[in-house]
Amino acid sequence: MITAALLFAFACFGVGLLMCLWRMLVGTDSADRILALDTMVINVIALLVLYGILKGTAIYFEAAMLVAMVGFVSTVAYCRFVLRGDIIE
Amino acid sequence: MASVSEILIAFFIVCGGLFGLVGSFGLIKLRESMQRLHGPTKATTLGIGCVLIASMLYALLVKDTVSFHELLITLFLFLTAPITANFVAKTYIIRNIKEDDLPGSQSEYGWSVYDDPPPTKGE
Amino acid sequence: MISRLIPHPLLSITLTLVWLGLVNKVTPGNLLLGAIFGLVVPMITAPYWPDQPTLRRPLVVVRYILVALSDIVVANVQVALMIAFKPNANFKSRWITVPLELTSPEAITVLAGTITMTPGTLSAMLSADASSILVHCLHTEDPEGEVANIKQRYERPLKEIFE
Repeated sequence: MITAALLFAFACFGVGLLMCLWRMLVGTDSADRILALDTMVINVIALLVLYGILKGTAIYFEAAMLVAMVGFVSTVAYCRFVLRGDIIE
Repeated sequence: MASVSEILIAFFIVCGGLFGLVGSFGLIKLRESMQRLHGPTKATTLGIGCVLIASMLYALLVKDTVSFHELLITLFLFLTAPITANFVAKTYIIRNIKEDDLPGSQSEYGWSVYDDPPPTKGE
Repeated sequence: MISRLIPHPLLSITLTLVWLGLVNKVTPGNLLLGAIFGLVVPMITAPYWPDQPTLRRPLVVVRYILVALSDIVVANVQVALMIAFKPNANFKSRWITVPLELTSPEAITVLAGTITMTPGTLSAMLSADASSILVHCLHTEDPEGEVANIKQRYERPLKEIFE
């Protein structure tokens, strides 16, 4: 039962990733693309955690944690770059 | 076969998946950029919250170990999601919206993207 | 003396808890190591934290967190249903201005974060003198009601907590 639920959630987040990818390609504005990238990061974190449940190991948590941190920093860096044209002042 | 704990865990996993899907769906469905910002900051964050709760329950009920470092990821995401949203909103506003399109700030100074702060309170 | 050694008690406690979360096991050794981190890190970084935010009324803090959490869950369900089933033409999105009574930066930060995480609203910007906050509503029939709701539900407890 848990395995079935996991497969369903994998499908959900996978489709979500594709939707984000589409928004990132179509865009219309840099802000949209940054937002799509950020959402992709969140989806990837969820996928990692779910994979950890499926495999019954805690190793993937460190990966999820690192992805969360790096994703946040990269989103802020992108925004700053678009806002100021520079990341480190 | 399916015990109560399994049903509970499966419920949280399915909920998380649905919320994540809706959050990403909002990205392609909504028409305006500012509307699109609402989807990921809310639905996706709760989706990931559900997944992490499911993971904690799984460790607790199925594997009989206590695991609470999921809380760290949840906390981190809840702290960073508003900041990300704020940054993206600012990025969008500064590139696409003129000051006249926004409502007034109801004070003598305008919005911070367009106006400099008062000199005495400089940061 | 105590204030030199432990400049930020809250930060020390948080660091200890975060360390315990990272190692994911509560043993005396981990607790000791976490406590050492909680003592040393604030001391080293003290120059970067010039003033200390004061938290009053712990009961109000707990109630605020509970209210915010329940609002987040309700809001997420609402927004998810709206995104999934409402036709795009029916969305009435608009900007609203919320004048602030809060003055401390920490309180304004918490308020902005809460606004973003709760029902259909998203804080976008402060005015240059931090006296009002620009909020985007995903769907609202009653802008004044939203402003009153934010002020009543979130700003008032924050004012009690921080000021």
